[in-house]
Formats: sequence, structure tokens, C-alpha cells
Amino acid sequence: MNMLSPQRQRLVVIGNGMAGMRTVSELLARTPHRYDITVFGAEPHPNYDRIALSSVLAGEKTLDEIVINSRAWYDENHIRLITSDPVVGIDRVARTVTSQSGLVAPYDKLLLATGSKPLVPPLPGLTLPGVCTFRDIADVNQMITASETQHRAVVIGGGLLGLEAAWGLKRRGMSVAVVHLMPTLMERQLDVAAGTLLQRDLDERGIAFFTNGQTEEITGTERATGVKLSDGREVPADIVVVAIGIRPNVDLGRACGLEVNRGIVVGDDMATADPSIFGVGECIEHRGQVFGLVLPIWEQAKVCAARLAGDEDATYVTPPLSTKLKITGIDVFSAGALAAAAEEDEELIYQDKKRGTYRKLVLRDNRIVGAVLYGEVKDGPWYFQQMRDGADIEAIRDRLILGEAAASLTGTVDPTAKVAALADSAEICGCNGVCKGTITAKINELKLTTLDGVRAHTKASASCGSCTPLVEGLLLLTAGVDAKAAGPKPMCKCTSHGHAFVRRAIVAEAMKTIPEVMHRLGWLRPDGCHSCRPALNYYLLCAWPGEYVDDAQSRFVNERNHANIQKDGTYSVIPRMWGGQTNPRELRAIADVADKFGIPEMKVTGGQRIDLLGVKREDLPAVWADLNAAGMVSGHAYGKALRTVKTCVGSTWCRFGTQDSTSMGVALERMTWGSWHPHKVKLAVSGCPRNCAEATIKDFGVIAVDSGWELHVGGNGGIHLRGTDLLCKVETPDEVLEYCGAFLQLYREEAYYLDRTAPYVERVGLDYVKALVVENAENRRALYDRFLHAQTFSQHDPWAAQNENTTFKTLVPAE
Amino acid sequence: MDGIIVSNAWVEVARLSDIPRLGSRVVGTPKGDVAIFRTSDDQVFALDDHCPHKGGPLSQGIVHGHNVTCPLHNWVIDLNSGEAQAPDIGCVKRTPVRLEGDRILLALKA
Ligand SMILES: Cc1cc2nc3c(=O)[nH]c(=O)nc-3n(C[C@H](O)[C@H](O)[C@H](O)COP(=O)(O)OP(=O)(O)OC[C@H]3O[C@@H](n4cnc5c(N)ncnc54)[C@H](O)[C@@H]3O)c2cc1C
Ligand code: HEM
Ligand code: SF4
Ligand code: FES
Repeated sequence: MNMLSPQRQRLVVIGNGMAGMRTVSELLARTPHRYDITVFGAEPHPNYDRIALSSVLAGEKTLDEIVINSRAWYDENHIRLITSDPVVGIDRVARTVTSQSGLVAPYDKLLLATGSKPLVPPLPGLTLPGVCTFRDIADVNQMITASETQHRAVVIGGGLLGLEAAWGLKRRGMSVAVVHLMPTLMERQLDVAAGTLLQRDLDERGIAFFTNGQTEEITGTERATGVKLSDGREVPADIVVVAIGIRPNVDLGRACGLEVNRGIVVGDDMATADPSIFGVGECIEHRGQVFGLVLPIWEQAKVCAARLAGDEDATYVTPPLSTKLKITGIDVFSAGALAAAAEEDEELIYQDKKRGTYRKLVLRDNRIVGAVLYGEVKDGPWYFQQMRDGADIEAIRDRLILGEAAASLTGTVDPTAKVAALADSAEICGCNGVCKGTITAKINELKLTTLDGVRAHTKASASCGSCTPLVEGLLLLTAGVDAKAAGPKPMCKCTSHGHAFVRRAIVAEAMKTIPEVMHRLGWLRPDGCHSCRPALNYYLLCAWPGEYVDDAQSRFVNERNHANIQKDGTYSVIPRMWGGQTNPRELRAIADVADKFGIPEMKVTGGQRIDLLGVKREDLPAVWADLNAAGMVSGHAYGKALRTVKTCVGSTWCRFGTQDSTSMGVALERMTWGSWHPHKVKLAVSGCPRNCAEATIKDFGVIAVDSGWELHVGGNGGIHLRGTDLLCKVETPDEVLEYCGAFLQLYREEAYYLDRTAPYVERVGLDYVKALVVENAENRRALYDRFLHAQTFSQHDPWAAQNENTTFKTLVPAE
Repeated sequence: MDGIIVSNAWVEVARLSDIPRLGSRVVGTPKGDVAIFRTSDDQVFALDDHCPHKGGPLSQGIVHGHNVTCPLHNWVIDLNSGEAQAPDIGCVKRTPVRLEGDRILLALKA
């Protein structure tokens, strides 16, 4: 790095943020060797994606995931990076900059990219501990730490930034209030109708609003205790986040005598009045305009890099802008004019109150000049494209408000087909300004096959994520790979969220119904599919025992009909036999049922039960009634549920038996029957290590030994045979029950739907299970209590309830 | 072409309220069982209760959008067209059905 070749020019960049480093990346892409580059950054971090701070705050991304260029990248590109050391002075005559630590760096070209500072009004109490802004990693860390010990947050500012802060804090479990100066939220991007809808939706999610609220002071003496409004209202708080806007960071420019209005003034060539000093990003002003979104900044970076590389023709024009709010499940899109402003302007408005959607288009001379969408925004980019193209919409005016599908008359828009039809110059990723041609070129050049690969090499889809379906479409078209299959696996095609995320969100945000989950987590299809609905039904059932009302239509056929469907559409019926024990009365009743209903086949199952095969759907309720009458209940042999507890005869009869394994098994089955799980669950108890009940291939297996009981977990037969892991050894039957209930509850609460205990244990690790179930007695009892509590609601025989149920009958047409 | 009967006798077979949203009921007809589906937007559809794959009872499947997933091997059948969703290939016979207020009428050839 110190082999400076004399002919190279020296470029110094002040500000290791999004604009500065984007310019450097663009420059390296054009001319990797023209400059020796030094970058000064006030923050201690390498360059990261500031946009994604909202996602970090909301717990959807980690700090590691938002790094754009790692320190290794700087090394590879021979860039000297100086962090935690802000530049404090520029000497334009000597052409040097000086940093806080006293470092002096000479430049031939200087780039100002110092961004902006949060705008803070002169309020009493601003400097109290507990008051922060929302701009950088330090702010986010402060908020996350506060959310771990404090409970109430007030956010001052109901714009994009303030709402994203409020949402993130809410997600982290705080109770949150937003104080906003204006009557409606995001008034610069949304009209009154959309702003009102937004407030209603956020209100439903538990965020409180104080609109028309002029903050007078932040109260407190030792630390912030709340805010006081000018109309006398007081809002208590443990932390106060000020997010009312930003102000270009112009200090250095002003100090060295450059022209400064609101921002540091630059021309169309991105140069300041001093031709060797350039400026990009939020610190500049161009033709009277200052900036707060990345899209125009990427354009500036491109032009500035071209100029630095010697292209004298590159000129900057501010592109039209659109906005999107990054709150999961709340969809807002806005671009251009919010309302008709002139005589000849027209507004098209469409509102569906039931679905909570709203769209407004502002037209001038048959062209779209503004769009506000709420609730459903998939047409946003299309309207925006029409707007930028200045497309004449006369011919499709009657359908325009219904969106692209209706306007194009093809019915539906498949993202792959749509992306195929786009020109190479069409923009795919608005956040990072990446167009189709760039993405396809990179996919081909680097043989990219994953979404993450495309994100890493082009930045497309790396920020807000709304263009992900288009990028996936490009991967499919260009490389023939289905990127949806890779990455953190979504639950199904109806959502991009994985199981873990959805489970956490259901609990954290107290979502109580399937439609609510689908709406708030932004499901792509209104009533999901056969794969996500049963999963959501289970997750809700597990999260809210006694409260959630089971949705029969979201159950697989077997669980809806309480019997196992067979290949010919008939069913098998298996009554419960506790611990595999039966008696003559039960056997007689079973035999009678078989005769009465002409049941073609009977068989003993692997779980020590008797199976009646070939029962017709219409006969099911009557078959159950007869079995019920003999004291037998559903064996749940059809469910993602506790199936059987298999036992051996144990010490009661067997000459090797060490304990009464049969009674233990019966007790376990009495405790666990009726419980629903992510997948089927099988138990077994053997009376000695000869293990005749095959307990070591069960989800929870018990093996009696002289001194007590060995407990084994995570085994199964099936395609992927897996032996159990030894969890621990206990002494009494009561302990067996407690450990079993606790383990099953842990599995119920944490496993992904359709994962048995074996993959669950492999995913989290045996040590984790031991820590929560064995080592931590308090936690074990809490799990056990939750299991028993849930059982009070689930131990009802589904067969007994069905006698009057007509769904099993075939209807007869009327005359 | 697709088995739609031309001369129809409309027969009442059920009330809309007899079928849960996203559910189905079976009607026995001279030509076999017909499954009537009710979608979340309260439209009704009628298909033979017989999956084009291996004859699974479609009435017992999970209904989503204007589709039903067969309970046996998860083929997804379009309720509108009766066709199996790609990559599977097959078609179920439809029976004309309409709603008159709360009454579900099926076109059964007299
Ligand atoms: C929470 C949040 C969410 C956002 N969401 C969106 C969004 O969804 N869409 C969108 O388009 N935009 C969004 N933005 C705005 C976007 O992040 C900014 O427009 C963009 O980061 C501006 O880039 P910049 O380089 O000008 O400033 P910055 O990224 O802030 O970079 C400036 C850097 O310069 C450093 N610096 C300042 N002074 C000195 C000095 N004297 N010496 C050395 N270093 C110095 C600063 O520490 C900082 O690291 C969001 C911003 C925030 C804070
Ligand atoms: C050292 C090896 C073993 C010995 C000495 C042994 C002995 C016994 C005895 C004495 C019984 C009781 C029979 C009765 O009276 O009901 C029994 C039952 C049984 N054994 Fe074993 N066994 C051994 C290993 C196994 C193994 C490895 C399996 C299968 C994996 C097995 C499967 C069975 C089964 C299924 C029963 C019936 C249990 C019941 O339903 O009660 N045995 N065994
Ligand atoms: S496991 Fe032991 S006690 Fe049970 S039947 Fe087999 S040998 Fe007997
Ligand atoms: S019978 Fe319907 S999917 Fe196989």
C-alpha cells in the first residue's frame, strides 16, 4: 500500500457512508488504478447499509448482515480506511485535510460525503440520558439496549423515520407512542386518506398516536421521563427518540469557504465552486434541492465517479422519486404529486374499506403525475414506470386504477414474464438503482445462482427487498435457477418469511387468527395454501391455548375427519388402547363394530393398537359412537399429535423387568393424549435395557433400569431412521412425567411445522435441550405447567363430538 | 368440449350456509359424487369428487383461493377450469352451479 506511484492522483473521501462509498465503488469499476484513495469515517464501522437500520431495530436483520463493504474489501482495493477519526479541517490552498487525531492527508481531488445530521429542535431536556436520534449504528444500539430494560418509548415525529423507529421499538416489546406535529402521518408522502388508514393500522398494532402534537419539553431531571405537549398533554416515557427530520452536514464546507445554502452547493458535474472538491449525498444541494433518499444519491455517485474518471460529459439530473415504508405487513407506496394541484389535474380514487386498501392517481394531460397506494402496493412500480415514461394512459384510463393486470388485460402478471418483457435499461431495484441489464450481466459473468449472490454483487434487492420477486425472475430467466428454493427457506409460496420468524411474530405481536397473521405479515395470497394454513393453525393453537378457535378448514383431511384417509378414499379407524393394554370388552366391541359395518380388514399396528381399515366416510360417526359406547376414544393415529405410547409387559410379568413399564406408559399416555404437535409424536416405555418396546427410536423413549428411568429423546423410525439421544436419568415416575411434558412442550413451542423431534433436536442441539429441560429446573417446571395448561383444553375426544355432524353425510339433491 | 351440459335442469342441492367458507360438501348424483366448494369470497364451484391423479376425494381437500388441494397427493386443482396446476396434468369434470340468494343450484340433466 505504501508503494505510491508518483503519477497516481490522490483522492480523499470524507464520510464513509452510503454516498461516498457508492462513488468509490463506481469509480473503481471505471478505473481501478487512477487514484490512491483514502477514506475518513467518523463512525467506527466499515461502510454499512443505513436503510437497513430499521430492519436491525425491528430484529429482522443483524448488524453483520447490513455491512456493504467489509474491511477486507478496502484492503483488496488498496483503499486506506481511517475509522473513528473525523476530519476537522480542510486547507484548500495546501490541499490537505486534517483529522481529529491530527492526521494530515494531502489530496488532488477531495470528495465531501458527510451526509446529514438529525434535526433536533431546541427543546428543554434534549441532553438528558434516555434521549436519542435515529441515524446510525450507535443510535440503534442505544435503542436496543433501552428496550431490554425499559418499557415505554416516545417517538417525536410521524414521518418515515419516526414510524420505522416506533415499529422497531414496538417489535422489541416496548409500549410506544408517537407524537406528530401534523394532523396525519407521513403528510409529505401520503394524502389524508392514506395517512389516516396508516394511523388506523398502526394503532391496531398497539402504537399510540398524539397528532397535532407540538412538543414543548422533554421532562425529567436525572433522565428523560416523558414529553410534555404545548396543549398540556403529557406522555410518560423511559426513552425519547427524536426523528423529525434531517439537516445537511455542511460544517466542513462552510469552514473552508465553499458556497453553502441549505447544503453544500454543487453543479451538474457534482463539483463545488472549487473544481478539485466534489460533493455527493445528503450533504449537498443541487439546483436548490437537498436529498434524503438513496435513489438520487446513486445517480449522483455515478455522475461524480464519471467526472473523477475523466468523463467531461457526465451530468446529473434528479430522477423522479418514490417512497416506501419499511414496516412488515404495512404497504405504502407514494410517488410524485399527492393531490390535484392545478385546474386541469384530475384524481382517480379507488377504495376498498373491507380489505383496507386505497389507491389514488393524480393525472395531468392523460399522464400520471402522482400515485399514492395503501394496503396493496404491487402495482406501485408499474405506475411509477408509467409516470417516469410519461406514458399516455388515455386508452386504459377506465381500468388504470385497478392496476397493471387489469390494464394489460392479460388477467394476471407473472413476475417472471413481466421481467422478461422489460428492457435492459429498466430499473429493477429502486433502492440501489440497479437496472435489468446490470443484473443479467453479473449473473452471466459470475455464474450467480442465488439471491444472496445477486445481492452481494449487484446490490439489487439488498435493501428494502420489494423487488425480490423480480430479481428471482431474472435468476430463473438468466441462470435457470429457482432462487426461492435457496436462502432462509420461506414457509411456502405465499410468503417470504420462514417458520421461525412467523412463530416469533405470532407470539411477540399477539396475533390471534390466521387472517390476521396473513394480513400483518404480508401474505401474498389471501387465504394461503394447503401448506401454510395447517402450519399457522398449529402455531396459533400452540401460542394461545384455550383462546384460539381451531380452524377446521385449515386442517389436513385426516385431522378434520378424525380418521386416516386411505388410497381409495375410505378411512382407517384406530381406537386408543392406553399403553397398549386392552381387555375382552373392548375387543368384543371392536369385533362387533367390524361385523356391523362390514369392515373389510383388521390389523395390529406397530404402535400396539388395532386398526379397522376401509371404513366409509358416511359410517365414521356411527363407528365412533359404538366404540365410544364401549369406553374407547380416538387414538389420534391420524394426527400431528400424540399417537401412541408403546410399552412392554415390564416387571409385572417379565422375568427381566426392573420397573412397571406398562403402568408408566399408561400414565404417560393419560397425560399426553390429545396434545397437538408440529408432527406426529410417539412414545415408548421398556421395562429393562433389552428394550422390547423399542424406546430408542421414539420421540420420547423411557427405559427402566434398576435405579430409575433413563429418558431418551429425538428418535424415529421411518425413512431417516434415527436413534435417540440420552437426555438424562431420573428416579421417580413423577419425574418421568415432568420431563416428558417439558420436553414435548419445548418441541411444541419451537419446532417448525412438519419437523419431527429428530430434526428439531438436530437443529437446536442436544445441549440446548438439556440446558432448558434438565439443568434449569425452574424452566422445566414452567414448560411442564404450560403443557398441562394446554392439555386442559385439548383432552376432549373428537369422536364424541361428531355424532350430529352432518358434514360426513352426502347431500341428496332435492326434486 | 369440456363436458358442460347444455340442456340443464337446475336442482337445489344445498344452502350456502350448509358449506363452511373454504370448505366443501358432497352431493350424490346419478352420475356419481359431485363436490361443491365454497371459497372465501363466497363463490361456489362444482366438480366431480374424483381427482384426475388417482381418484382422491377432492371434497376432502384444503380450499385456497379458487383452488383445492387433493388430500391424497397434493395435486392442486383449479376450481374454475377443473384443471390440475402445472406441472401436473389432468382435468376434472365440472358441473354448472349457481347461487340464487342462499340456494345452491346444480345443473343436473333430467
Ligand atoms: C433509519 C433510516 C432509514 C432509512 N430508510 C431509507 C429508505 O427506506 N429509502 C431511502 O431511499 N433512504 C432511506 N434512508 C436515507 C438514506 O440512508 C440516506 O439518504 C443515505 O444514507 C445518505 O447517504 P450519505 O452518504 O449522504 O450519508 P451517510 O450514509 O449518513 O454517510 C455519511 C457518513 O459520513 C460520516 N461523517 C460525517 N462527518 C464526517 C467527518 N467530518 N469526517 C468523517 N466522516 C464524517 C458520518 O459519520 C457518516 O458515516 C434512511 C435513513 C435512515 C437513518
Ligand atoms: C437380550 C435380548 C432380549 C430378551 C432376553 C428379550 C426377552 C423378552 C421377554 C422375556 C419378553 C416378554 C414376553 C412376554 O411374556 O410377553 C419380550 C417381549 C418382547 N420383546 Fe424382547 N427381548 C430381547 C430383545 C428384544 C429386542 C431387541 C426386541 C425388538 C427390537 C424385542 C421385542 C420384543 C417385543 C415386541 C416384545 C413384546 C412386548 C410386549 O408387547 O409386551 N425384544 N422380550
Ligand atoms: S424390555 Fe425388558 S422388561 Fe420389557 S419385556 Fe423386554 S425383557 Fe422384559
Ligand atoms: S389422487 Fe389426487 S393427488 Fe393423487
